[in-house]
Amino acid sequence: MEALFSAVSLETAIAGSMIAPLVGLVFVAFLDRSPNLRESASIASGLVTLFFTLTIFTAVGTGARPELAIIEMLPGLEIKFKVEPLGALFGLIASGLWVVNTVYSIGYMRGHDAKGQTRFYMAFCVAISAALGIAYAGNLLTFFLFYEVLTISTFPLVTHERNEAARAGGRVYLGILMGTSIGLLLPGVIWVYGMTGTTDFVLGGILGDVFTNMPLVFGIMLALFAWGTAKAALMPFHPWLPNAMVAPTPVSAFLHAVAVVKAGVFGVLKVTVYTFGAANVAESVAADVILYVAAASILIASFIAMTQDNLKARLAYSTVSQLSYITLGAMLATKMGILGGGTQIAAHALGKMTLFMCAGAIATATHKKYISEMRGLGRVMPYTFIAYIIGACSIIGLPPLAGTWPKFFLMLSSVETGDLVLIAILILSSLLNIVYLLPPAVRAFMDPVPRDQVSEVNEAPLLSVVPAWLTAIGCLILFIYMGDLVRYLEPLVEGL
Amino acid sequence: MILDDLPVLPVIIPLFAAPICLLLPNTRLAGSFATLIAWVSFAFAAMLLATVAEVGPIEYGLGGWANPLGIVYRVDLAGAIVMTLVSLLASVVFPYAIESARDEIVPSQTSAFFAMFLICFSGLMGVVATGDAFNVFVFLEISSLSTYTLVALGAKRDRRALTAAFTYLVLGTIGATFFVIGLGLLYQVTGTLNMTDLHDRLQGADNKVIRAGYAFIFTGLGLKLAMFPMHRWLPAAYTYAPSAVTAFLASTSTKVAIYAMLRFLFTIFGFSFGFADIAFGFFLVLGLVGMFYASTVAIFREDVKMILAYSSVAQIGYMLLGISFATVDGVGAALVHVFQHAVMKTTLFMAVGAVFFALGSHRLSAYKGLGKTMPVTTGVFLIGGLSLVGVPLTGGFISKWVLVQAAFGSVQAIPSLLIVLMIVASSLLAVAYVGRIAWTMLLEEPTSRTPRKVPLAMMAPMLLMAAVTIYFGIDAEGLVNICRAAAESLLDTGLGYGGAM
Repeated sequence: MEALFSAVSLETAIAGSMIAPLVGLVFVAFLDRSPNLRESASIASGLVTLFFTLTIFTAVGTGARPELAIIEMLPGLEIKFKVEPLGALFGLIASGLWVVNTVYSIGYMRGHDAKGQTRFYMAFCVAISAALGIAYAGNLLTFFLFYEVLTISTFPLVTHERNEAARAGGRVYLGILMGTSIGLLLPGVIWVYGMTGTTDFVLGGILGDVFTNMPLVFGIMLALFAWGTAKAALMPFHPWLPNAMVAPTPVSAFLHAVAVVKAGVFGVLKVTVYTFGAANVAESVAADVILYVAAASILIASFIAMTQDNLKARLAYSTVSQLSYITLGAMLATKMGILGGGTQIAAHALGKMTLFMCAGAIATATHKKYISEMRGLGRVMPYTFIAYIIGACSIIGLPPLAGTWPKFFLMLSSVETGDLVLIAILILSSLLNIVYLLPPAVRAFMDPVPRDQVSEVNEAPLLSVVPAWLTAIGCLILFIYMGDLVRYLEPLVEGL
Repeated sequence: MILDDLPVLPVIIPLFAAPICLLLPNTRLAGSFATLIAWVSFAFAAMLLATVAEVGPIEYGLGGWANPLGIVYRVDLAGAIVMTLVSLLASVVFPYAIESARDEIVPSQTSAFFAMFLICFSGLMGVVATGDAFNVFVFLEISSLSTYTLVALGAKRDRRALTAAFTYLVLGTIGATFFVIGLGLLYQVTGTLNMTDLHDRLQGADNKVIRAGYAFIFTGLGLKLAMFPMHRWLPAAYTYAPSAVTAFLASTSTKVAIYAMLRFLFTIFGFSFGFADIAFGFFLVLGLVGMFYASTVAIFREDVKMILAYSSVAQIGYMLLGISFATVDGVGAALVHVFQHAVMKTTLFMAVGAVFFALGSHRLSAYKGLGKTMPVTTGVFLIGGLSLVGVPLTGGFISKWVLVQAAFGSVQAIPSLLIVLMIVASSLLAVAYVGRIAWTMLLEEPTSRTPRKVPLAMMAPMLLMAAVTIYFGIDAEGLVNICRAAAESLLDTGLGYGGAM
């Protein structure tokens, strides 16, 4: 294994991880006429990408911090990459789950006889490349650039159906994501550069004590980043996420549970640790304000989720709620807070992707989208619904599933800061999770099948069920190896 | 030796070529000849830039008559940059104009069209090269008068070109009148028209006549460069002029007026003039308001050329903003934006011209589904559009970046952070109007009409300019440095010795 992952230099691996999907794109485009070859090209480039990200992940674990500078536009203004543990983790999750998702997409898209499949796979290639650019970005400018590429490249995926609903959803998607990133994030980046003359990510932050006596200014700046990365779906800039549910389910599963939303919360964590400095954030009053906005987001999104009958919409609001855990961890900015946020990125990715893939499997097999129509379905599609329950339990935070730990860390962190209200909110939220995530599955197993229902429904196709099970098992495995992951992320909280 | 005449060559070559061009019998011949002339001028301008960068400002007495008897040409770094830029754009647009003109202009008028083009070009170069205040007026009018004609030539495709040209003529002439009245007042006070002498004699002087002269000159120039709220002539003129004319004018004529303004602001009056601060305040406010007003109007227009024309008014706001900081960084940023905006707007207007050639319309409705039917043109348009928004890796990003940095470094009545937020907010408006066009091009279904094939002679210049847009977004250090040096030579030492004395 070791030998395999040291076969290429780390610089090559960084460049390769972003180029491989683009090479895949070219093949996908040329193999338009033969779907089997086309999907093979997608999976092959996914595996190559995974190889590169694994190489980087392993090396970063041993203390390497590979760098790669591409373009210097002006002195101090360059496009460059530098990998640290959090980015290596995000890169690995994104590229690993891309492969799983591609397999799942084949079942879903063919099962639905979807149009424009070549376009669909091509856009995916660009999106994954952009997500890796975000993960490995070495400064804020690079981060911003790939953040925008990700927004634009996922737009054709969101509007894939090309009907009026897709267009309306796409408009909200693009409007909110572009609006906040240009209106808030970009001024933030420019401001950081104006104050410090650099936008590099440096452990401990680059702002130093520039703002020690200016809490308000620091707060405004922090707010620019917290809301500017609207992919983190912090309220009130969350509506793009439910609106993006007009997309085909593989898009929701991968992009709106993993790549896009995680790019947002990854950004929040990253600027906390590498731009502002966790110590600065921990002392800031403004961070407390954002903290409570995140806490409120957690609760409000949960309440909205309870009212949704459309399974995907319910999952979307659940995502809004779960993402705010990470923002909350970043704003706590304690050791446990950061680690809780970092591990939640991984745990939530696995859990929520499982849920979405199950929702898609149900839709493929039965064309049912609403929870109220799913009564009794569990008996005909047990595998799908069991995977669903595993994913749901992980999100809720029940052992022995991965979602347990991040919540545990965040609780510890709130105990540390002595914030009782926060503890109460976290507990309440877990209860709410149970209330809105489990009933669909419980009713699917317990309720009788309605009489007027056609009984020709079968279990979903293999290509839909197996990937869901893969991520469900992933939840289990991550629970066991959480200690390793925490050790891996420990360099982030050095000195806290 | 011929190189001794460098400052004057790029100006007089097109001027003398224009009558010859008029005699050439057909479009292709006249166009090729004009293109050749533009290339020669560009070569000399580039040599001039290299020389000035090396040895500093060059002076040249026209006809061998030295100051104060003759007219003196004087080219410093800022001037050499603008001359190179203008001749570069002429070199790119003229070949594009050949096919475009065959389509859009009455055949019997095409030779005259290219002759006018050359005169306009010559006038613009002259404004920059000259060191004589009255000569600025002369060349400004040479370029303006030929421009009125060029705009009116759009009448074959759209009769509204005639009213647009007439409005432009009236307003442009009012501007020129204001300008020349101002010059007269200054002459009254100082007894000279030479810029350096004007500077010397105006040092420390301040009375009502000078103030009136100041106000007249900048009102006149403001009209010529379409400073808000004196921009009324620009949208119509740009919209109804032939495509190639718009591509050339949008990138050069307002830029040259900006240059003239810099000359008068810094070289002639300088910072010692007491009224300057108030004027800078005016530019700041008008620049900001123009940015928002014009961008907002652009969002609601249905004609793509009109949208881009209003966008030009907004972009002029950015340049005024940079100038109003009155710092080396600010003026440097304005010069960078002059360059980048010239490049991107030419790209955009050439793409619009290509669509007009193919479909005969620049209404937004004609742009439906162009991404499928005209992919290359769409790509070029999008590159220009991204640059207009200021996306990283395009030229527009660089100019906004340096402008914002300049804003942070400036001392203003309005806090610099607020200015930065306004710059960003107006970029969002640009996202809206560019996004609207991009949306139509990429996401709407194509109309049933099949576009005509766009000839290579139009395609190649477009692609070249798109490449330049990208290039100066990636490797901008040289550009930013040279613009900064030019700003330094303008601000710190005036004409090289003015302010330092």
